[in-house]
Amino acid sequence: MANTDKTQAPPSGGLYGWICARFPLDSLVRDHLSEYYAPKNFNVWYYFGALAIVVLMIQLLTGIFLTMNYKPSAQEAFSSVEYIMRDVQWGWLIRYMHSTGASAFFIVVYLHMFRALMYGSYRAPRELLWILGMVIYLALMAEAFMGYLLPWGNMSFWGAQVIVNLFSTIPVVGDSLVEWIRGDYYISDITLNRFFALHVIALPLILVFLVVAHILALHEVGSNNPDGIEIKKLKNEKGIPLDGIAFHPYYTVKDTFGLGVFLIVFCGIVFFAPTVGGLFLEAPNFDPANPMQTPPHIAPVWYFTPFYAMLRAVPSFAGTQVWGVIVMFSAIALLFFLPWLDKSPVKSIRYKGPITKFMLGVFAVSFVVLAVCGMKPPQGIYPLLARIFTVTYFLFFLLMPWYSRIDSTKTVPSRVTYNVDEH
Amino acid sequence: MIRFAGWVKSRPVLVRAVAVASLACGLASSSVVAAHEGEAYPSAGNDIHNMASLQRGARNFMSYCSGCHSAQYVRYNRIGADLGISDDDLRATLIQDPDTKVAETIRSALPKEDAKRWFGNAPPDLSLIARSRGADYISAFLKGFYLDPSRPNGVNNLVLKGAAMPHVLASLQGVQTAEFKMVPVAMADGSTVKQPEFEKFVLTTKGSMTPEQYDEFVRDTVNFLVYMGEPIQAKRESLGIWVILFLLVFTALAYGTKKEYWKDVK
Amino acid sequence: MSDDVDLGRRQLLQKATALTGAVGAVFVATPFISSWEPSARAKAMGAPVEIDIAKLEPGAMLKVEWRGKPVWVVRRTPEMLASLKADTSLLADPDSNASVQPEYAKNTARASKEEYLVLLGVCTHLGCSPSAKFTPGDVTVQADWPGGFYCPCHGSKFDLAGRVFKGVPAPLNLAVPPYSFASATKIVVGADTKAA
Repeated sequence: MANTDKTQAPPSGGLYGWICARFPLDSLVRDHLSEYYAPKNFNVWYYFGALAIVVLMIQLLTGIFLTMNYKPSAQEAFSSVEYIMRDVQWGWLIRYMHSTGASAFFIVVYLHMFRALMYGSYRAPRELLWILGMVIYLALMAEAFMGYLLPWGNMSFWGAQVIVNLFSTIPVVGDSLVEWIRGDYYISDITLNRFFALHVIALPLILVFLVVAHILALHEVGSNNPDGIEIKKLKNEKGIPLDGIAFHPYYTVKDTFGLGVFLIVFCGIVFFAPTVGGLFLEAPNFDPANPMQTPPHIAPVWYFTPFYAMLRAVPSFAGTQVWGVIVMFSAIALLFFLPWLDKSPVKSIRYKGPITKFMLGVFAVSFVVLAVCGMKPPQGIYPLLARIFTVTYFLFFLLMPWYSRIDSTKTVPSRVTYNVDEH
Repeated sequence: MIRFAGWVKSRPVLVRAVAVASLACGLASSSVVAAHEGEAYPSAGNDIHNMASLQRGARNFMSYCSGCHSAQYVRYNRIGADLGISDDDLRATLIQDPDTKVAETIRSALPKEDAKRWFGNAPPDLSLIARSRGADYISAFLKGFYLDPSRPNGVNNLVLKGAAMPHVLASLQGVQTAEFKMVPVAMADGSTVKQPEFEKFVLTTKGSMTPEQYDEFVRDTVNFLVYMGEPIQAKRESLGIWVILFLLVFTALAYGTKKEYWKDVK
Repeated sequence: MSDDVDLGRRQLLQKATALTGAVGAVFVATPFISSWEPSARAKAMGAPVEIDIAKLEPGAMLKVEWRGKPVWVVRRTPEMLASLKADTSLLADPDSNASVQPEYAKNTARASKEEYLVLLGVCTHLGCSPSAKFTPGDVTVQADWPGGFYCPCHGSKFDLAGRVFKGVPAPLNLAVPPYSFASATKIVVGADTKAA
């Protein structure tokens, strides 16, 4: 980042020159695009960061247009959504883009996070980058949860009821805390109104701010890569990393292609299967909120189900259910400590040993199985599976200081692996 | 729990067209209804691209359902535009109240308070019923009324036990009884308990329709309910094809550009 | 940069991608811009309104709301109609050449049936709703007042066909909305033909 040729004079002529004399546009472009050097060996996993920004843009744009017709009141919310779906010109498209975008955000972010797990992108000097990313993930969960209440369908209502009630398990202050969050004795118009304010103003602002901070942190320390090699260690006479290429044009053109593929999938869902069989839009949410009747089976939207499964997997004992809540929040909190749990001398999974590879596989399988368990009613095999995989999920983290230290490693080369024919 | 052993035999062929891109995404376009998981109903066999069926369904709905059920998000002239019915035909065939304008939504003639007093439950609005319950469920429901003297209105429903709704279509379908057989069901503790399992319906009083005609009546009506749940569906899918084709061109060009630029990278 | 790089091909592909992307951006913008058009509900509420004029006395006026604006129906007496043909030199646009009205109302009486005047009750100056001052010589307007409409906001004056007088702020005659007679006693405002 810290460029050697800061001496390069900004352009002086024309409108661009006029702007550059008054605003650091030229140096911003150079620092973050044309002279930001990224490793040349990015693979398919490296599309998801840029795609996360794309989805954020989609959500902001469609969200703004939805607020133009949505009414945040218990009386009108449900019918205003149907008004958007039927009466507003193209309202259906804007709404489906937003509802699909919510799930797409999590798909992209989960893949982005898994990439970091595989290639050790959380390791020094990227700890703060990782933590900022984790805070984005938390903000995103809050954003999604509040947004899910807004259609005021029956699943919105009961989902919010269950999740908000989680806080009531907190000893001593629980019940009054829940009342404070709702502002009422049940999930009511008052709750809907404040969730709306947080969903459309507070959390989007926080998200945008955090994303900017995340990118600034990334460009300060430089991108990791599938080999986990610090490309800044080897530079040419101009100070450009030997294995680095300018983000623009090389990764802008590459990400444009990735954007095309993403949009094909995204529009495939929006135009041909917007509910994804009840996964993105749940069937009970086409009934208006009814405080007198719980849907036959309550499940959060798929992106929360791994944690929901953990919550249900833990039995209550000593007269409280707080243990499940603790387990659920710990499952997320542990991710924050990843940079310090990993004691391996190498970053990337490519050079780590069989134990680490096995454990990462266990983690991925646990997450997926827990997601499925969380969608199913707690009957048959599912409670048992949820318990087993809750344990394995935690083992991945808790045993990491041990297995990452004793596991064998391969020698990390000094230059990144890059095969011209594959690109 | 009552299962549908007797119905599977008569399951009609699934005729829903599966859209090109949904295959590409590996996603099924039919909606799985999570609320009724584990209970598979015979396929409704409806097709929202069949205009004649939708028009018949609209007439069925207006004649037999809209007396008690509203469809408060659905406008008459939207139905007209989507199903190819002129404003005059809407007034002549679908709109029953002469003071109702074509741009208005479908309101039921029955005041909500009266309905609550008579049936114990206000009849639900049907705009979104196909989205919340699924076509197959509604089809099974409309075919699932049977005589049950223990019920206040004399009928019960196989799909929705103790349904408050009377069998308003009895004059068409006729009256049927349900036969159950006792089958052993394994309990969680390993023991077995005998429970009734639905076997078949027996038509005891004929209606004005043959069973085939009634099946078609239900299929058309369900088809219209599915249409009402999401009136844009057909247009959404036909527009989607063009969107995907456009994106394929864009992606191909972007791929070519990327290839060209990356020739620099060694 | 190596020798086998074809810069022309690269430029072409890049331009084609950018152009396709720009077309795509226009495609994306279209639904968002269109979403600001009146919705089906707005159109339903802006649908034509029927006015029963059976009980409207000669010389009297009815007010109804159409698309959030006042619409007036005046049943004019022969004397009122006669006043229209008097001195037109005081009017700014006596033949309604610059003003807004359907073709069938572009005449002296500004009506399809002379007896019934249908007007949008919105001043063409700044949108106030003028008051009915039908009595000739009404001194609250002016001593030689022929009868008509007077806007309380900025003093614009109109005759009994909604034609604006010279020397007032309003530039144009009061607009005539599209209307038609569904029957002898029913006027439909908002539709030219009989469609309700």
